[in-house]
Amino acid sequence: MEHQSLIFRIFIHTMALLVAVVILAPLAWLFIMSVSSSVDLSAKPLHWWPETLDFSRYSLLFSQSDNSAGAAFMSSLGNSIKVASMATIAALVVGVPAGWAASRNPQLGWTLGGVIGTYMLPPVALSVPLYLILAKFGLLNNVFGLALVYLSILAPFVTWLLKAGFDPIPRDLEDAASIDGARLDQMLRIVILPLALPVIATALIFAFLLAWDEFFYALLFTSNQNAKTLTVAIADLAGGRVSDYGLIATAGVIAALPPVAVGILMQRALISGLTNGGVKG
Amino acid sequence: MSTERLPLRVWLLMLPLLIVMLTVIGWPLIDTIRLSFSDARLVGTGGHFVGLHNFTKMLSNSYFHSAFFTTLKFSLWSVTLELVIGVLVALLLNQKFHGRTLLRALLILPWALPTVVNATLWRLIYNPEYGALNAALTQLGFLDSYRSWLGEPGTALTALIVADVWKNFPLVALIALAALQAIPNDIRAAAISDGANVWRRFRHVTLPYLLGPLMVALVLRTIEAFKVFDLIWIMTRGGPANSTRSLSILVYQEAFAFQRAGSGASLALMITLMITVLAVAYLFIMRRLAGEGR
Amino acid sequence: MKFVLHAPLLAATALLGVTVTAAQAETTLNALFMAQAAYSEDDIRSMTSAYEAAHPDVKVNLEFVPYEGLHDKTVLSMGAGGGYDVVLFDVIWPAEYAQNNVLLDVSDRITNEMKSGVLPGAWTTVTYENKNYGMPWILDTKYLFYNKAMLKKAGISTPPATWAELKADAQKIKDAGIVKYPIAWSWSQAEAAVCDYTTLLSAYGGDFIKDGKPDFQNGGGLEALKYMVDSYNDGLTNPNSKEFLEEDVRNVFQNGDAAFALNWTYMYNLANDPKDSKVAGDVGVVPAPGVEGISDASAVNGSMGLGITTTSKHPDAAWDYITYMTSQKVQNAYSKLSLPIWKSSYTDPEVTKGQEELIAAAQTGLAVMYPRPMTPHYQEMSMALQQGIQEALLGTASPKDALQEAADNSGL
Repeated sequence: MEHQSLIFRIFIHTMALLVAVVILAPLAWLFIMSVSSSVDLSAKPLHWWPETLDFSRYSLLFSQSDNSAGAAFMSSLGNSIKVASMATIAALVVGVPAGWAASRNPQLGWTLGGVIGTYMLPPVALSVPLYLILAKFGLLNNVFGLALVYLSILAPFVTWLLKAGFDPIPRDLEDAASIDGARLDQMLRIVILPLALPVIATALIFAFLLAWDEFFYALLFTSNQNAKTLTVAIADLAGGRVSDYGLIATAGVIAALPPVAVGILMQRALISGLTNGGVKG
Repeated sequence: MSTERLPLRVWLLMLPLLIVMLTVIGWPLIDTIRLSFSDARLVGTGGHFVGLHNFTKMLSNSYFHSAFFTTLKFSLWSVTLELVIGVLVALLLNQKFHGRTLLRALLILPWALPTVVNATLWRLIYNPEYGALNAALTQLGFLDSYRSWLGEPGTALTALIVADVWKNFPLVALIALAALQAIPNDIRAAAISDGANVWRRFRHVTLPYLLGPLMVALVLRTIEAFKVFDLIWIMTRGGPANSTRSLSILVYQEAFAFQRAGSGASLALMITLMITVLAVAYLFIMRRLAGEGR
Repeated sequence: MKFVLHAPLLAATALLGVTVTAAQAETTLNALFMAQAAYSEDDIRSMTSAYEAAHPDVKVNLEFVPYEGLHDKTVLSMGAGGGYDVVLFDVIWPAEYAQNNVLLDVSDRITNEMKSGVLPGAWTTVTYENKNYGMPWILDTKYLFYNKAMLKKAGISTPPATWAELKADAQKIKDAGIVKYPIAWSWSQAEAAVCDYTTLLSAYGGDFIKDGKPDFQNGGGLEALKYMVDSYNDGLTNPNSKEFLEEDVRNVFQNGDAAFALNWTYMYNLANDPKDSKVAGDVGVVPAPGVEGISDASAVNGSMGLGITTTSKHPDAAWDYITYMTSQKVQNAYSKLSLPIWKSSYTDPEVTKGQEELIAAAQTGLAVMYPRPMTPHYQEMSMALQQGIQEALLGTASPKDALQEAADNSGL
C-alpha cells in the first residue's frame, strides 16, 4: 500500500463517519419514535430523546387477546412467515434442479435467459389475470394463493442465483460419478448437493427476504387476517386512523427485525451472493 | 455417456421450473395481452374485442404522458445517484481505516429494511408538522420555517428519490467493493510506479474492473426503478396534483380503482415494452464495452 | 393444472407443519370497516364482542383498512369466494356498486320502524334509484371547529357564521400572532379534499352536475375553489393542508397549532380529551359557515352505511349483525365519536349529555347536508377534481382552468 498522508487519513475517517451517520440516523430515529411518547413526538421543537422510554406499543402489538389490534398485527406477522416460507421452499424445489441443469449445459442459456427475462415484467402486467385466475380457483385471500403468486418472482431469481453459484463447482466430480454409473438423483444427492449447500443457503435467504418485502400482490390479493401480510398491515397503519406515529414506527421496527437480523448474521453469505452475479433488486 | 440422453435428463430437471413459469407468468401474460384488446371490466362483463382502441387511447392520454415522464425522471435520478454514491462509498471502503468492517456491515441495514418500512419511515421523517427533517434543518439553522416536503411538486419527487437512494446505494456499494477487491495488487502497484495520477489510475486500472458488475447493477436498478409502486403508494399516493404518479400507480388506478381491466392491461403491456427496450439497449452497450475492452 | 400447481406448495406446507384452519363457530362473518374518523377501532371491536356474546353461534372477523383502501378492497374482494359478508360503504359508492352488483338490495328487509325512526338524510346514504343497499350507520358531516381560547385572545366573541367572517377572524388571529396559520383543512390528494370543497360548493350554491354535464367549473363551484386558493395564498390556511388527511388536521388542531379546522364529528370528543390533546376544554364546534344571501350554513353528506355483499353466503346473519350495529341502543351507547342515525336520539340525554354544543351544530348541519354526485363514474370524477384542486392551490393553474380540466377529465 502506498503511503497515506495524515490529511488523507483524516479525510477517509471523516467520510466513513459521514456514511455511518447517513445510514444510522434514519434507523435510529425509527427506533426512538417507537419508544417515545406521543407528546414527545408532536412537540415543537421536536424532542430528539424521549423523557421516559415507553415500550407499551410493543406489548400492544404483541398482545394476543381476541379481536384486538395486536392479534390482527400478529396474524399478519404469521401470514408473512407462512407465505415467505412456502414460496421460498417451492422456489428452491424448482430452482435447484433447473439451476444445476443450466449451469452444466450452456446450450440451455436461452431457456434460462427467457426465464430471467421475466424479471423485467412489472407486477402490474400480470396482476389483472392473476387476480382473475386466483378468484376462479378460490385462492384469493389465501396464503397458498399468495405463495403461488410469489413464485413468479422468486423462481426465476432463485434459479439465476443458483446457476451462478453452481458454475464454479468443478465438473470433474459429476463426470466421475456419472462414469461410475450413479443415477441422476444419486449424483445430485451425494456429489453435488454437499458442495452446493452454501449456494443454496444463500439463495434461500435472498428468496425469503424478497418474499418478506413483497407488497403489491399482497395488497391486491389479500383482504383479511386469513392472508394479509405484514407489509400490507403496516401500510394500513400508516394510512389509517393511527395518529400515533410511535405505533407506526413500532410496527416498522418489528417488520424490519427479521430481515435485518438475517442480514447481519448472514453477512458473508449475502455479500458472496450479491457479488456472484446475483443481485437483489 | 451418450450425448442424446443427457438433454432429456436435463429437460426433466428444467421441467418443474418451466411448468411453474408457464402457470404463474406465461398464462397471465397471454391473458393480459388478450385483455388489452378488449373493454373487459374487473368484475362482471368479460368484454368485447376492441382492437387497438385501448392503446391509442392511452398513447394520447395526458395522464399517461405525465406518468411516463415522472417515472423516467425518478428512474434516471435514483439510479444515477445510487451508482455515483455507491461507487464512492466502495472506493472509501477499499481504503484501510478503523471500523471498516463495521461500516461494511452497516451497509446491509438499509438494503435489508423492507421497502414498505423504508417508505413509512421516510414519510414520518418528511412529516410537515412533526417530522424529523423539518425539526433538524430548523434547529441547525438551515431552514426558517417548516416545509411541506411531500406537498410541493418540486420537492415531493426529490423526497421520494432520496428515500429510494438511501435504501439502494448500499447494494451498489457492496457490488462495487467486491469488484474493487478483485483487482490484483501488482497491477495497481505497476500503475503507481508508472507515476499515473489518481484520475488516470481510476480510469485505466479501476474502472475496467468495475464496469461489468456496475452494468449489471445499473440494469437491475433501472428495471426496479421503472416498476416503482410501493414507495410512492405509501409516501404520496401519486400526489400532490399527481406530480408523483408513476406508471405502475396509473395502471393500478385504471385497472383496479376504475375497474377498467382492458385499458389497464394495455397500459401494463406498454410499460413492459419500455422496460424491454431499456434492457436491450443496456445489453447492447454492455456488449460494445466488452468488445472495446479486448 | 391446478393439481400440479398445488403440489410443491402442499409439500412445503407439510414440511412446515403449518395449519391454516382453526376451530370455528357455526357461522363466520367477515366484516370490513375503516380505521379512520367516526367510530374508533376499539369501539367497533367492543360493539362486536357484545354481539358475539349474545350470539355464541356467530363469529365476526373484523378487518380494518384506511378509508383510502375501503373502496378498492371491497371491489377486489368480490372475486374471492371467502370475501366479506358485511362492508362499510361511503355515500358516494352505491351507484357504482349497484352497477357492478356488489351489494344486495335490502329494501325488503327494512322495517317500518326503521323507515320512520331514522333521519331522512341518513337514508339518502344507502339509496340509489329507489333501492336500499344497506343501513345507514355513520351520519356525518364536516363541522367548523374552533379554539375558544384563541378566539377570545383575539377579541372575537362569536364564531364565524359566514365564510367571509371566517377569513376576517383568521386574519385577526394571524395578525395578533396567536398562531401562524389559523385554519387547517384536509386538502391532501384524496377524497378528503373533495369533502372540504363540497362543503364550500354547497355554501356558494354551486352544482356538481347540471343536465347530466359537469357544472362545478361554473358559479358556486368556482367560487368555492377560489375561496380555498385565496385563504391559502393569504397565509390564513396552513400550507401543509395540501398534504393533510383528517388525522393530520386533528393533530394540528389538538396541538394548539390551529384556531380553526374543518373536520368530522369524531374530532370533537377526541380533541376535548386531555390525555392526547393540549386544547382540551377549549374546543368549540359550529356548523360549517354559509355565504351571505345564499346560505346560512353548509355541510357535505359524509355519511356511510353498512351493506351485505352479493357474494356473502350468510346474508341473513349479516343482516342481523347490521341491524344490531345500527340499532338505536348501540348507537346511543357509542355516540361520542359518531352521532346516531335515529331522530329521537338527538333529544335523549344519554346522547346529548356533555356534548350539547356538538348536538346543536349537528341539528343545523345534518339538515343541510349536500350530496356529492351519485354517478357510477364517481371515482374518476373525484380523482380529476382532486388534481384540479391541488393544481389551483399550487398555483400551476387558475381555479377556472383547473376546474375546467377536471370537468373535461371527469368521465361524465
